[in-house]
Amino acid sequence: MAEDEEEYQEVSEPEELSDKQKIDIAKWFLTNSPSGEIQYVAKDVRSVLMDEHLYNMAVSEAFPVYNKTHIISLELPNRSGDVLITTYGELNETEYLDPRTAQVAIVDHVKQVCTEVRPATDEELPSPYIEEFRCALDAEIIKYVDEAYPKGICSVYCANGKDVEGPGSDFELAVLISAARHSPQNFCNGSWRSIWNVEFKDDMQMIELRCTMQVGAHYFEEGNVQLDANHECNDSTIFQFPDDCAISITNIIRHHETEYLASLEGSYLNLPDTTFKDLRRKLPVTRTLFPWHNTLQISLNRDITKEIGTGK
Amino acid sequence: MEAAMGLMRRIHPKHSETALSALLSLLPHHSSDLLSQVDQPLQVLCDMDIGKEFILCEYNRDADSYRSPWSNKYHPPLEDGQLPSAELRKLEIEANDVFAIYRDQYYEGGISSVYMWEDENEGFVACFLIKKDGSKAGQGRRGYLEEGSWDAIHVIEVGPEDEGIAHYCLTSTVMLSLTTRDESSGTFSLSGSIRRQMNMDFAVAEGHLCNMGRMIEEMESKLRNSLDQVYFGKTREMVCTLRPPSEVLQVRLPDS
Repeated sequence: MAEDEEEYQEVSEPEELSDKQKIDIAKWFLTNSPSGEIQYVAKDVRSVLMDEHLYNMAVSEAFPVYNKTHIISLELPNRSGDVLITTYGELNETEYLDPRTAQVAIVDHVKQVCTEVRPATDEELPSPYIEEFRCALDAEIIKYVDEAYPKGICSVYCANGKDVEGPGSDFELAVLISAARHSPQNFCNGSWRSIWNVEFKDDMQMIELRCTMQVGAHYFEEGNVQLDANHECNDSTIFQFPDDCAISITNIIRHHETEYLASLEGSYLNLPDTTFKDLRRKLPVTRTLFPWHNTLQISLNRDITKEIGTGK
Repeated sequence: MEAAMGLMRRIHPKHSETALSALLSLLPHHSSDLLSQVDQPLQVLCDMDIGKEFILCEYNRDADSYRSPWSNKYHPPLEDGQLPSAELRKLEIEANDVFAIYRDQYYEGGISSVYMWEDENEGFVACFLIKKDGSKAGQGRRGYLEEGSWDAIHVIEVGPEDEGIAHYCLTSTVMLSLTTRDESSGTFSLSGSIRRQMNMDFAVAEGHLCNMGRMIEEMESKLRNSLDQVYFGKTREMVCTLRPPSEVLQVRLPDS
């Protein structure tokens, strides 16, 4: 976020801001909105800016960035499922590929809806060879996500080498899982995002996996508390037939995600007695409430300890 | 102004300083409202006369200088800087001494400062501040935290004495952030701020300091507790809603 901080250096001066500075501030608030809260932030930004033109410029630039960072999912209008908004499926600013249904969703970033769908063209889709691996993996991932995430949406993209026609070349798939839960009436929102890059190395007959998981939660009833957690990991397996690859890749993903969740739980369990204690103890070192009624005594004792040098 | 406060409630606590300066530049005519309603992480300055650090806030500021509770002098030096009355200064000195011991017992380190000043209605106002760096590079005794900060601001308005009783109105804010990082579990970070108010009537016989101290101690325990149990608890619940722990799944899917 270092860039964001820089954008603001000039802003602390009291002179009238330029339009560009106002738009930059508005964009900064929008792109930094917590999961599921950009529409609320936009409403507030609009009232603070008091300039429709600048507001529209800011939202049109900030929403696509936010939607892609948060990998939001949008329902396709023909009830054929959901499309993820991500650079992996981005054909242009407003068109996103849904590899599962071979459709292209046309989206309105600011309204966060998919307005239209069209069938994907052959050039937009991977070769039949790649599609066999992608499709097998997608089927396994759907099963896993259905069982592990009550509201999870997943998609498998070809990230590299979509035109590879057969054995002999490397290619790369990307598995994206996005689960969000928004309950503004309970002042609580959260999201889980995993991105798995799966590289099929033809020469070594190996599959290498790299993952980034990001978990965020925001609770804001009479306060503002946020969780940010992220984790990266690597693993590998052997190159096999598409169906076998799909199963072993999914097992690896399941294993790492389950472990990560357990380590998150562990971090929470450590809070009360270890981590939080380094900020402030529940009880004083003396294990009794502070003797406020006897403060004169405390001051005296401290002076004595200081004088005879028994203190630290 | 309402929208500005709405933004502050949603923006990530680690960005609150940037957010405030952005809002101040967009809404210069609301600057005093913003500065009084949005709490910012506490800053520290060293009192060169005594060689001890003190905490800066709106309550010890005059022009661009801040008064040290240790030497009672403004830094950088300021002629005619506002000072509390001799009587209140005496209480302020005592409060700083005692509060430092209180702080040590609960925080095992950190910095504290207490400031007092007379208000218009024959009472006075006291501001108790604590800043603790609990990271392993700072004063975290146990060395668990990659990054950890706790800033507490307690402002108490003490009403005039009436038949031996005084009214105390305490407004407290705690801002904290903690981050742990390791190979196996990555980066785990919680941060946030909460603010609460408490009103009490006490007999003045035991002394203002004793009464104020008890309120602050009770309030700090409450705030720590609700951050731990309620606020952190809610984010944990959210994680478990997104991806329920495996025990739950195994029960649901015994054959998988």
